[in-house]
Amino acid sequence: MKKTEPDDVEPLPYTPSEEVREAQERRLQKVWAVPKGWRYLSAVNNETVGGWYTSAALCFLLFGGVLALLMRLQLAVPENDFLSAGTYDELFTMHGSVMMFLVAVPIFEAFSIMVLPEVLGSRELPFPRLSAYGFWCYLIGALFVCGSLFTDAAPRGGWFMYPPLTSETLEGYGPDVWLLGLSFIEIASIAAAVELLVGVLKVRPPGMRINLLPLYGWYLLVVAAMVLFAFPPLIAGDLLLEVARAFDWPFFDAARGGDPILWQHLFWIFGHPEVYIVFLPSIALVAMIVPTFAKTPMVGYGWVVLAALGTGFLSFGLWVHHMFTTGIPGISLGIFSAASEAIAIPTGVQIFCFIATMLAGKLEIRTPVLFILGGFSTFIIGGLTGVMVALVPFDLQAHDSYFVVGHLHSVLIGGTIFPIVGAIYYFMPLVNGKHLSERLGTVAFWLMFAGFNATFVPMHLTGLLGMPRRVFTYPTELGDTVAWLNLTSTIGAFVLAGGVAVFLFDLLRPKKNQPYAKRNPWGAGTLEWLPDIPEEVPWGVRSIPEIDSRYPLWDQPDFVKHVDEGRFYLADAEELERETLVTTPVDGKPIYCLRVGGPTFVTLIAAVFTGGFFILATFHLYVPAIVSAGLAIAAIVRWLWKGTGGIPAKDDKDVGLGLVLPTYVSGSKSVGWWGMLITMLADVTAFLSLVFGYFFYWTTNAEWPPPGAPDLGLLWPGVALALLLGAWLCTVAARSLNRADRGPLYHAALTVGALAAAGGAGAILWAPAAAGMDPTTHVYPAMVWMLAIWTALHAGLGVLMQLYCVARRAAGHMDATHGAEVVNVTLYWHFAAFTAFVTVAVTAGFPIAAG
Amino acid sequence: MGTEAQHENDPGDDREPYDPEALGPESLEQEPLDGDPPEGQKPPEERESLWWLAASPLLWLAHFLASYLTAAIWCAKVGAEHDPIGPVRVAILVYTLLALGGIVAIGFFRGLRPHELGTATVPHDFDTMADRHRFLGFAVLLLSGLSFVAVVYVALPAVFYGSCR
Repeated sequence: MKKTEPDDVEPLPYTPSEEVREAQERRLQKVWAVPKGWRYLSAVNNETVGGWYTSAALCFLLFGGVLALLMRLQLAVPENDFLSAGTYDELFTMHGSVMMFLVAVPIFEAFSIMVLPEVLGSRELPFPRLSAYGFWCYLIGALFVCGSLFTDAAPRGGWFMYPPLTSETLEGYGPDVWLLGLSFIEIASIAAAVELLVGVLKVRPPGMRINLLPLYGWYLLVVAAMVLFAFPPLIAGDLLLEVARAFDWPFFDAARGGDPILWQHLFWIFGHPEVYIVFLPSIALVAMIVPTFAKTPMVGYGWVVLAALGTGFLSFGLWVHHMFTTGIPGISLGIFSAASEAIAIPTGVQIFCFIATMLAGKLEIRTPVLFILGGFSTFIIGGLTGVMVALVPFDLQAHDSYFVVGHLHSVLIGGTIFPIVGAIYYFMPLVNGKHLSERLGTVAFWLMFAGFNATFVPMHLTGLLGMPRRVFTYPTELGDTVAWLNLTSTIGAFVLAGGVAVFLFDLLRPKKNQPYAKRNPWGAGTLEWLPDIPEEVPWGVRSIPEIDSRYPLWDQPDFVKHVDEGRFYLADAEELERETLVTTPVDGKPIYCLRVGGPTFVTLIAAVFTGGFFILATFHLYVPAIVSAGLAIAAIVRWLWKGTGGIPAKDDKDVGLGLVLPTYVSGSKSVGWWGMLITMLADVTAFLSLVFGYFFYWTTNAEWPPPGAPDLGLLWPGVALALLLGAWLCTVAARSLNRADRGPLYHAALTVGALAAAGGAGAILWAPAAAGMDPTTHVYPAMVWMLAIWTALHAGLGVLMQLYCVARRAAGHMDATHGAEVVNVTLYWHFAAFTAFVTVAVTAGFPIAAG
Repeated sequence: MGTEAQHENDPGDDREPYDPEALGPESLEQEPLDGDPPEGQKPPEERESLWWLAASPLLWLAHFLASYLTAAIWCAKVGAEHDPIGPVRVAILVYTLLALGGIVAIGFFRGLRPHELGTATVPHDFDTMADRHRFLGFAVLLLSGLSFVAVVYVALPAVFYGSCR
């Protein structure tokens, strides 16, 4: 028996009449209908977009897999000439990049966008249009990057693009395709992270306190936060490397003070957390599936939360273990080695919790469970070889050998791919109402499992026998053992591919005559199994339930009936708006009724022009690129103007069960404010990565600033700082003036603020120009310029936002009590002011402090 | 604007943690069976912060970065390759004591005490304010334990390395 508070909300005590329910359903149907025909592309509903997203990621998984098979054919026998060295380089670069950037990260976001609202019993995530924009950005970027392979312009520098190979040696557009195409996709990833983070924190069903949050939600919270802090350093690195390639700025040229090791730091500050960004969501799926088949609640819920959060933090202290052979001092290596060992603790804790749950209940071995057990055994082997390579002396031997290839594939395939395939078997009835075949699933599993082991276990041995990674062939002199181990790997790879083919056949075979699955076919206890099967309605849940338990379908009496009969919240859509409830992050108390955007083409248009900017810039067509960026900004402004904010007709709404909630809030209650906060945390992380670069060069250059470098002086940096801080204060004042309903003063404050910000942007750029700094001569002026440009761009964006707020109030879309826009813009300006302050303190202040 | 949400996320909020000692033996007998504190006792705070979950791991992160940056900057700018690194070791010792002290304090006041509110035990899965309070305490306690061990791990290289080599 579950215990609740005495004043806990109960569903309506009676069933509403047939007519009432039919009228409600008609309205919900009308509001949530998915557009038909060619307008289908304008859909933004999480289920539709999540479905597109997941399908696209699966297609790229197959593409990446085919690349791997071609490589294995080349490596089947020594001194093979099936592929040329150059083609092979393109293949391994694209295989790694596709699998990491186009499959592993997006598939978790895709899947989560699709199922998170179901897991949380809500109708929609807070920013559906942002998800759609993210999907289109992903698709355009991914097609661009993959397309390069067919025009012989593919990158060849490995999935981690180390300079100086990529900054100086490689000809052609390959590295530019990689840098710009993938930066574009990284931005889409951050957009999805914002959506998921705000979703888990704010769009939970009433009563879902933090101690009742499904473990899937905990994992997503951690992973989305990791995306926010891990991707920006890579974006900063991409920016430096692309500028180095396009304009010859010497960030990675040792002769002019640069250092290629900075790229390795920035790449791996991203790259190592990324391994856990890929792994944790799959474990989150396991945490949903295991209790269902063990028919018992998860054992050690608190311990799994520990594992998720602990892994998230510790994963940021491991990055140098990819750089043990770069000549870093021993004590630093020791620190990173120790942290790398420590992360085995939380990883082990969650595995033990899963094993304990399986033992505590009576585990039913179905196809999803097979894949999970297979994934566990594989992942544990990969984890243990990970502990081996985290030891510096062992790593010095195994580095850049096939041992590492064997290790990382055990982790990624065992920790990610197996659970995902298991999850597809598990969730398929929710997607199209039909089970996949148990028999084909079992065949697919054993082929994949046997094929996997035959492919990757021998690689540990070939690595220890001296076979290096990323070389298109190997000499006969390495010996017969290496030769037959490689042949075994190649045969294994094709067995693995056979397993994938069986799975694909099962997924795609026509199932017309197969009966529908029954509702909640596996007998799960969590909310995502609430929908009826086949689900022919577009609205998600019929009414948003009140939650009293971690497993409401098991514990709350007549729960499904009450939801279906509309006896909980928001059973209707009287105003014909897409609505869901926003709750508090800790106790899940409903605080307002959120209206979200419906179908639109503007997100697709914005994504096309955003893509245009990145793609045109790849080919150095800077004028069309900037025009495209301008059009993208125009599309986004239109999207915000038409689709967000605005004064609602009624200030509050009866959401059912006697609860009246506001329909408009601003500040930290609103999801928009949280979206801005989270986006800016990612933005400031990218900025701090550039600042890290400045100080990194200070440690690698004997003198910094270098002798004879132009002096920035204090005048223009001081003017810039004064103007930008002034712009910030004007914005803060405007927020108060709006609240006090002082219209004219509000407009004046924002206009003055915009002028000051524009002046500040000019002054911060004029400072290095006036000092005669040439960014191509040395990394010192290049770094000063880079920080100044970053700050000026942020000031420029700030001007746009200030003018937007002016226009919003002038057009009557804001008043004293409806001022979300200016509150969010003020939040932006807090970060912009911080950026300006740090830039001036570092570029103008540090040289004075240093000498 | 949103005062409630702000309070929930205010890391500086320093209310008195609930003290089970203050109950005394008599009051324990009157406790309801579900393990909640009896009527009239201070209820667990209604507004609580999620940031305390991150507190101990953030101390680990601060300790980690401070140790790494101190060693890296010393070896790049101050010490030659074979010089002893005495000052770095002392600095890491100081960072370690500070971090461990902070983690123990957080684990005790924000972890163990809320976790032990009343007599209810894990899994803390009731839909009540008190169980939510106990759950957050339990999670803070576990994260503090992990952070403690991880800080000790990261400090150990300073014991074994004597130079920048």
